[in-house]
Amino acid sequence: MKLTIAHLKKGQSAVIKGFSTDVIPIKLLELGCLPGNQVELLQIAPFKDPLYLNINGSFLTIRRATALEIEIDMIKENDSL
Amino acid sequence: MSKQINVALIGNPNTGKTSIFNALTGLNQRVGNYPGITVEKKEGLCKLSRGIKAHIIDLPGTYSLNATSLDENIVIELLLNKNDKNYPDVAVVISDVENLKRNLLLFTQIKDLKIPAILVINMADRMKRKGISLDIEHLEKELHTKIAVISTRKNTGIDELKELITNYRELPTEQCIDISTIDPEYFGGLQNAFPNQNLYKLWLVITQDVNFVNLDRKLVDDTSAFSTKSESELKKMQHQETVKRYQFINKVLQGGYIIDATSAKGLRASFDRILTHKVWGYVVFFLIMLLIFQAIYEWSSYPMDYIDSLFASFSEWASNTLPPGTLTDLIAEGIIPGLGGIVIFIPQIAFLFLFIAILEESGYMSRVVFLMDKIMRKFGLSGKSVIPLISGTACAIPAVMATRNIDNWKERLITILVTPFVTCAARLPVYLIIIALVIPDEEFLGMNLQGLTLMAMYVLGFLTAVFSAWALNKVLRVKSRSFFVVEMPNYKVPLLKNVVITVVEKTKSFVFGAGKIILAISIILWFLATNGPRDTFHNAESIVNAQPESQTLTEDELATNINSYKLRNSYIGIAGHAIEPVITPLGYDWKIGIALISSFAAREVFVGTLATIYSVGSEEEDTIKNRMAQEINPETGQPVFNLATGISLLLFYAFAMQCMSTIAIVKRETNGWKWPIYQLVFMTGFAYITALIAYQLLK
Repeated sequence: MKLTIAHLKKGQSAVIKGFSTDVIPIKLLELGCLPGNQVELLQIAPFKDPLYLNINGSFLTIRRATALEIEIDMIKENDSL
Repeated sequence: MSKQINVALIGNPNTGKTSIFNALTGLNQRVGNYPGITVEKKEGLCKLSRGIKAHIIDLPGTYSLNATSLDENIVIELLLNKNDKNYPDVAVVISDVENLKRNLLLFTQIKDLKIPAILVINMADRMKRKGISLDIEHLEKELHTKIAVISTRKNTGIDELKELITNYRELPTEQCIDISTIDPEYFGGLQNAFPNQNLYKLWLVITQDVNFVNLDRKLVDDTSAFSTKSESELKKMQHQETVKRYQFINKVLQGGYIIDATSAKGLRASFDRILTHKVWGYVVFFLIMLLIFQAIYEWSSYPMDYIDSLFASFSEWASNTLPPGTLTDLIAEGIIPGLGGIVIFIPQIAFLFLFIAILEESGYMSRVVFLMDKIMRKFGLSGKSVIPLISGTACAIPAVMATRNIDNWKERLITILVTPFVTCAARLPVYLIIIALVIPDEEFLGMNLQGLTLMAMYVLGFLTAVFSAWALNKVLRVKSRSFFVVEMPNYKVPLLKNVVITVVEKTKSFVFGAGKIILAISIILWFLATNGPRDTFHNAESIVNAQPESQTLTEDELATNINSYKLRNSYIGIAGHAIEPVITPLGYDWKIGIALISSFAAREVFVGTLATIYSVGSEEEDTIKNRMAQEINPETGQPVFNLATGISLLLFYAFAMQCMSTIAIVKRETNGWKWPIYQLVFMTGFAYITALIAYQLLK
């Protein structure tokens, strides 16, 4: 199974690997959602949607459906974070 | 040289662009609309040194030159059109020191258009707390620009910015990115075809779906020969462009922007923990709303009572001092009471705009979007619909325009259709006066019962909006693809100056906009009420005098009888009686009927209309509220404004589509008459039925 932002738990961080669809809105890229950048899941809204993220210093909210299209690599557990 | 420097303020949303604009122009600004569309256009003048003036235009906030909304199109259309009279001599790009990396994306695009650009790094007062340090010299060199570091909160850096604007000719115009490296073959061909054109500009013309009416038509037509790339290929190239820009920015910032992460823990996390909490978040939201409505009701009652009695005595003064005649009657009985009907609501409207401005400025609004998105989606709306729905409490017109941020057409259309149900400021006058007349001024659970009723009216409007959205979502068959990206800005203490300017500007335009209509309607109503077509009007005096029961009346009672007989036989009386069969089942008399009809121009006319009608019908000058309270139904001998009629009126005003401006804006935003006509018929029909049921149950 591919790991995506939607699989993160609250407080977890990961690195963006790529997109599983072509229709990722350019606006998301412009806000810093680019492969190689770090993403942290800050908060999940009530009813599990949308997701509140910190991507490379940009704070933004996306819906779960979009998050499922953004693939990630987990960062190894690091207690100092 | 008498020529002004044209300056365009450009920047991402939430970078404090408006604060800079206010700091440069003060109250020397003008808010209008771009021709043909309703995007707000803010312009102002700024005096620079050596007698030079700058004409400053505050462009809508945008993340990049890849436009996804009408507002963003404005920015591109202006920057691509050298013939536009507002085409900037210099662009001032505003960035936020905490989000510099992301903000620079737009900056590099503007540089690539070869427009002289100054970079403003705003919110410098937060640098220390966030552990940020800047190497300005390095950044200026790498970005080929001049930088002004500004804190509008501490009022520093504005003079430096003015100085840079004055000397804009000295700015370097090197580009940041060579766009052709993405696909040398494609861009090479493009450049060969248009050797005199800026390559990045050509690229924008190809990729952006904006209105190029003002641009060189030939350019666009000819480039169609180069649309050899499919849409998805173009999209990929745009992605590559974005990656390239970020690579450039990262390299630049490496040497000039240091952030010490250990001190970077801000207030954001602790505020978010409560404000976006799954329980506390909603509790806080509800409490804030409750506070707003209690405040609007309680705090503004003092200035309102004062204004009410002021206008009554003003009217009395006018009729006593001015020479008697038709003109004096018009002023004392038509214009002054009519205007009083709007001026009295300035305190409330100002409070409402104040709270909305604070919620938006503080960054809280985005948290509400986050909290509400999933819930709103169940009703076919989006979390972003919350902003139109909340700003709809001020006025449906800006609220309908605010739906432009909603990317999904179906969600947007539904939001547009239901927003007019939200209780707008124009309904407030009607609610307030009716609540004051029919709801007892008592405490209930420690809260003022009248305030609670007002809150209930707001909740009712909101719930109706949400449930009609749910129904529309089931009925409408509109296909659309959507994405949802919302920035969560930092929490900020709202800047007093920004809040004050917003409140003053909005209240002013509300009062003057409504004032014009009310003045015109007051004059027309007064004329119709003081003239009549038949002998029954002209000979009112002798007819009433000849009635046998008149012999036993005192002089005062006789005069009142003559006046009301005249009014009944005036044009307005005849028209009012004609519609009486339709409105009697709702509990209204013909005078309320007239107010109802004139309300279709704008709801807030209701009170002024009644004030004009009642003042023509009586000799005494009195406050609007007292007059309405004294109005007696001749058949029952009871006050006209009893509980049943009051509730019926409240419901009618809650649901009916009685605003020509909203109809006009919906027509514009949905490109046709279909949706506004549905709205008009459905809303007004629904209003009639609920008012009918309420009155029949309560009477």
